[in-house]
Amino acid sequence: MPIIKNLEDLKRVREEAHENRKRETAAGQIELIVGLSTCGIAAGARDILKAILEDIQNNNRVRIVVRQTGCIGLCEKEPIVQVVVGDQPKVTYGKVTPEIARRILADHVAGGKVLQNHVINL
Amino acid sequence: MRTIRSMVLVSNDLISMQRGAQDVYDRLQAEIKAYGLDQEISLAMVSDVGRHDALPLVIVYPEAVVYGPLKVEDVHGLVEEHLYKGRIVVNLQASNRELSGKIAWLNTRKGTLPAEQRIVLRRAGIIDPTNIEDYILNDGYATLGKALTYMTPAQVIDEVKKSGLRGRGGAGFPTGTKWGFVAKEKSPKKYVICNADESEPGTYKDRLILEGDPHSIIEALAIAAFAVGADEGYIYIRGEYKLAQERLKLAILQAEEMGFLGQNIFGTAFNFDLRIHCGAGAYICGEETALLESIEGKRGQPRTRPPFPTTHGLFGKPTLVNNVETLANVPPILLNGATWYRSFGTLSSPGTKVFTILGNVNTTRLIEVPMGITLREVIGIYAHGMKNGANFKLAQTGGSSGSIIPASLQDTPMDFDSFAKAGVALGSGALLICNEDTCVVDLAKVLLNFFRTESCGKCFPCRIGTQRACEMLEAIADGRATLKTLDQLMDLSTTLVNLSNCGLGQTAGTPLKDILTYFRAEVEAHIRLGVCPAGVCNTTEAVQ
Repeated sequence: MPIIKNLEDLKRVREEAHENRKRETAAGQIELIVGLSTCGIAAGARDILKAILEDIQNNNRVRIVVRQTGCIGLCEKEPIVQVVVGDQPKVTYGKVTPEIARRILADHVAGGKVLQNHVINL
Repeated sequence: MRTIRSMVLVSNDLISMQRGAQDVYDRLQAEIKAYGLDQEISLAMVSDVGRHDALPLVIVYPEAVVYGPLKVEDVHGLVEEHLYKGRIVVNLQASNRELSGKIAWLNTRKGTLPAEQRIVLRRAGIIDPTNIEDYILNDGYATLGKALTYMTPAQVIDEVKKSGLRGRGGAGFPTGTKWGFVAKEKSPKKYVICNADESEPGTYKDRLILEGDPHSIIEALAIAAFAVGADEGYIYIRGEYKLAQERLKLAILQAEEMGFLGQNIFGTAFNFDLRIHCGAGAYICGEETALLESIEGKRGQPRTRPPFPTTHGLFGKPTLVNNVETLANVPPILLNGATWYRSFGTLSSPGTKVFTILGNVNTTRLIEVPMGITLREVIGIYAHGMKNGANFKLAQTGGSSGSIIPASLQDTPMDFDSFAKAGVALGSGALLICNEDTCVVDLAKVLLNFFRTESCGKCFPCRIGTQRACEMLEAIADGRATLKTLDQLMDLSTTLVNLSNCGLGQTAGTPLKDILTYFRAEVEAHIRLGVCPAGVCNTTEAVQ
């Protein structure tokens, strides 16, 4: 990481990061974002994360980035998994179980079909 | 968050339910779905609206139109005309005769849809908290750069003062004024401290801010240090918040690596070091002077004030102590200006407040809404109504240290001044919503037992008072008390509020006063009739 000496540096770092992100999404990168705050973890988000990582490894899925985030304010719907495919809008799944997580990867990520039954409307 | 264009509220107090409010609600739900409007219209039950002449009532926002009395047959026309085509159905409207008093809030809200407004939590749930790049991408550290490069400390304080930001820890002290006190002290060494010892039962807003967006607190602390002239800071974090601690530690390392902490930040002469200090599970250490003692390595007991921490704080040096949520408000204020910040909330309490909703409601959750929203709106809109259609009885604000708010005050705007005028306190932002199965004596017993256990024992009103209050409440619950006990309890409440050394003892007296003011009849029933109206307490001892 570069050391920030002034506002120009900060701006440059931000723009570089922005360019990187844009390139990645344009290349059809898939992002799976798991809500890993205390509420998520208590509801079993760590198991979901594990299931997702195992599934990616077992099925040799490529171009998938798994990230974590904090609480989005819907603690009751945890564990929450958000899926971003390329530059399409974000899809948010609530009350995810390891089984549903595997189906998200198989149907939504690989097959392009959203699991309507488990989507939360934000 | 889902954007809704309209909101439909159905009254569900006892009379409405007898007159078929449930059928109206079910039909509304079916009709809204039939028209395919269920994604854009929210439907919820609100309890007593105060119009007993026209029940069951249906209120449609944002036009704030009141329909009633409504029959099931009317629903189809209402949905088609108003919700689908957007025309007000005049012949179904309730008369304007009683549009005052309790539902005056309808008129003040006309044309506005109270919506969630995220300032503090704008990045939580969107960015990866362990990745500083994500934070920078979302305007991170730009405010610190702006403040250090273009502003003087006096300008920063002035902007915070102008924004009208008030402390979000519960007391509501103007933040800018506090910063000014520390800034004007002439001392070579000053400290800034972030109070993250959030121990109020039911409050978890600070934890989620720290877990979801740790860098924002680091940035805000650096700004605060620059403004008051400090070069060292502490984050006093609750011992149980392991995940938040990990993320903060990582965030501090990342910030140091990139030069946002340390020497000559942004190429200026400003130096700032930040440390984490973990609490060890004492509730009292959330009190600012006890917190200072704890950092100094002493027993966590509150100091006598004055002198205040702003002049004699940590290690006897001027110290600024701010709550997590207060600090999280600072970068957006400096980035967008005080005028922008003042556009949210009320005149005396600008900005937003993070609330955690829990209890007998359909959805327990974390919300950030403009100050001045009412409890009725919080329950009806964000909590999606009471669980099983029960009636709202009371709300306990701010974990333990708030007030017990009866249903009659649920239309009071939730800001510091309106609440103070009504004689209740806003507290730290937890809203425990209770239905009619809750016994106030039992509730007070639980609260006082908490205070009794957590009292540090330094001053005797608190040490002995909380113990005696517990015993009295137990006597009332068991049916052993006499009416004289109530007078003694009221007396004790005054003693606790007036004579305790710190906030713990002072707030311990509040629930006692509240139950005797708002729920006297229910408390007396335990004594006079030997019966607990809610069926919670076991008063059999009196019978024997």
